[in-house]
Amino acid sequence: MAKYDYVPSPFMANSIVKWVDHRLPIFSLIDHELIKYPAPRNLNYLWNFGSLAGIMLVVMILSGIFLAMNYNPSTAGAFDSVERIMRDVNYGWLIRYIHMNGASMFFIVVYIHILRGLYYGSYKYPREILWWLGIVIFIAMMATAFMGYVLPWGQMSFWGATVITNLFSAFPIVGEHIVLWLWGGFSVDNPTLNRFFALHYLLPFVIAGVVLLHLWALHVHGSNNPLGIDAKGPQDKIPFHPYYTAKDAFGLAVFLIFYAYFVFFSPYSLGHPDNWIEANPLVTPAHIVPEWYFLPFYAVLRAVPDKLGGVLLMFGAIVILFLLPWLDTSRVRSARFRPVYRVFFWLFVICCLVLGYAGSQPAEGLPLILGQVATIWYFAHFLVFLPLLGWFERPLPLPASIAEPVLGGGKSGTVAASKPMEKA
Amino acid sequence: MRTAKLLIASVLAFGLGIAAASAAETPKVPTQKWAHTGFFGTFDRAELQRGYQVYKEVCAACHAMHQIRFRNLAGIGLSEAEIAALAKEYEVTDGPNDEGEMFQRPARPADRFKSPFPNQQAARAANGGAYPPDLSLIAKNRVGGENYIYALLTGYKETPPAGVTVMEGMHYNEWFPGHQIGMAPPLSADRVTYADGTKATLEQHAHDVSVFLAWASSPHLEARNSLGLKVMLFLFILAGLLYATKRKVWRNIKH
Ligand code: HEC
Ligand code: HEM
Repeated sequence: MAKYDYVPSPFMANSIVKWVDHRLPIFSLIDHELIKYPAPRNLNYLWNFGSLAGIMLVVMILSGIFLAMNYNPSTAGAFDSVERIMRDVNYGWLIRYIHMNGASMFFIVVYIHILRGLYYGSYKYPREILWWLGIVIFIAMMATAFMGYVLPWGQMSFWGATVITNLFSAFPIVGEHIVLWLWGGFSVDNPTLNRFFALHYLLPFVIAGVVLLHLWALHVHGSNNPLGIDAKGPQDKIPFHPYYTAKDAFGLAVFLIFYAYFVFFSPYSLGHPDNWIEANPLVTPAHIVPEWYFLPFYAVLRAVPDKLGGVLLMFGAIVILFLLPWLDTSRVRSARFRPVYRVFFWLFVICCLVLGYAGSQPAEGLPLILGQVATIWYFAHFLVFLPLLGWFERPLPLPASIAEPVLGGGKSGTVAASKPMEKA
Repeated sequence: MRTAKLLIASVLAFGLGIAAASAAETPKVPTQKWAHTGFFGTFDRAELQRGYQVYKEVCAACHAMHQIRFRNLAGIGLSEAEIAALAKEYEVTDGPNDEGEMFQRPARPADRFKSPFPNQQAARAANGGAYPPDLSLIAKNRVGGENYIYALLTGYKETPPAGVTVMEGMHYNEWFPGHQIGMAPPLSADRVTYADGTKATLEQHAHDVSVFLAWASSPHLEARNSLGLKVMLFLFILAGLLYATKRKVWRNIKH
């Protein structure tokens, strides 16, 4: 990271602050990492989504704790206790709709955050561990949301849990044992609901811990930026506060408008109507579908007729993200300077949307074929296109520094695209 | 970039085509006019009360509404005295008392609506094997909500289309999935006599009871709309101020 002259904030001169800071440097931490933290001057609004994700985690934890105060994790009482929250608890409907739609908002934010990383090559050296930690958060989020969806004990809760836990039976020898162990019995039942509740309560705090590691890794080298080049000097960076606090605050307000629209005016459009029917192990819904944010993975799961194959592919679709920093062989980070990758990036986005559509339909006919084609494309993107692009693509010339395109001057020459990433 | 945009456009067009094709198979129920939809929607109290009357006098013979308690009827505009009097019409089982016996007592406002059948099996046995679902959340757990309920109640055909044979004990309904429903047409003109003198056509019954069921599914809809509007107003102003702040903070930074 470029050298940046740290000038302490005025409050650091306060004698109480000094007293505390000498013993526990918490004010220094805040001043260094939140206030004076140097950020590239050219971050666009796509860089808002990290802080939005963090805020969503806090919203989920707070609304969740208030739900938990009124929730009854038993097969006999869960559905009614959630209805009691909706009808009788003061503003219970509001808390629940914040939590229920919050899960969707969280995924929208995180998906944009991940796509931002893909577009600007934020996973490349020296941010590989930062990227891994992000995927760990994503996986933990999926587990949390899956178990949360089981808690209201509606028809989709029950049947979704049955379908997904049954997947583990595909593994040879240990499969059946894993499933029994997950269920705590011979079917999805009271013990399953109890442990899902315990884990649903626990995992968000695990996520919060991984988020801290994610931020720690981020602050070692600082944010990537739309140009994907390293900061060269103080003119490339600005302090986080007030510049990015102001920008993040505005972004947050716009996001809240979007979120509030769903909470107040369309609170159940993102969910499945069947989940307003109490779970009934004797009546299978016509068409079992997971929440929208799982649909692409659901399509991958069903793309092959073999159960174990589908399960491995589905897990593979996530695990492959860990290898991305090495599968992408290009030295240039930002898609702005990668004309061919840019097209493939958008094709990949389309591929994910097609997978989402395929996942929402019964696995037959055209949707099944679309899902299969998109599954092949998904893996080909990582395993074939990205490695090859690095060799064949001719990147555009990179600007000399972050400041150069806006301030002009300096060396107006270009840095050779193949110049190795420098470690500053 | 051009190619990418073209590709997106063609895929979207393709996707819409598929959506349209699949929509053609299961026709979408027609949308009715409701007082309670939209940003400013509120329930019409008279419709709610007539709807409750239809539920009470017709549907309650077969359908439970487990989530609703008599006191909730304050939401359709009944007074405390009216609710207490209404509840008293029903006998509920309570206990055990000090002797360990269960006993019957008149219902109180805090009691749930009384279910017509003691359990699912009894409900099925009395309805030729078909289960009359609980109606507390029916407007949320059927695609189309109150529009579907209205369509269902007015969608019976005495003579099914040519070539369709309706099974014994079933009835042809245009909007029920599969068209054969185990519920006999519950409504017809003048099925109930409205206290407020409204003409009791089939459509009027269906409309009123659909409104009542929509309310039962979302009793806080009015509070939600009115709070939602305030929150939105606040957020729009906040966003405007924050945008101005951001512009001011960044005015000297070229980026
Ligand atoms: C004689 C008993 C009976 C009465 C009275 C009755 N229903 Fe039903 N209803 C049933 C049965 C049985 C079913 C289940 C039908 C099936 O699954 O085939 C049913 C199903 C329904 C359904 C669900 C349809 C679906 O999509 O699954 C709705 C909605 C409904 N009734 C509304 C009403 C309303 C509103 C009234 C009062 C106006 C009413 N019913 C009166 C017996 C009755
Ligand atoms: C990563 C953060 C979280 C995510 C993504 C998440 C997701 C979900 C989802 C999808 C549901 C089902 C909503 C519905 O259909 O009703 C749910 C329900 C629930 N969650 Fe969470 N949750 C999170 C954090 C928490 C926390 C921290 C708690 C408790 C402290 C909590 C408590 C509950 C409870 C009690 C329910 C059941 C009530 C209900 O269904 O509305 N959640 N959660």
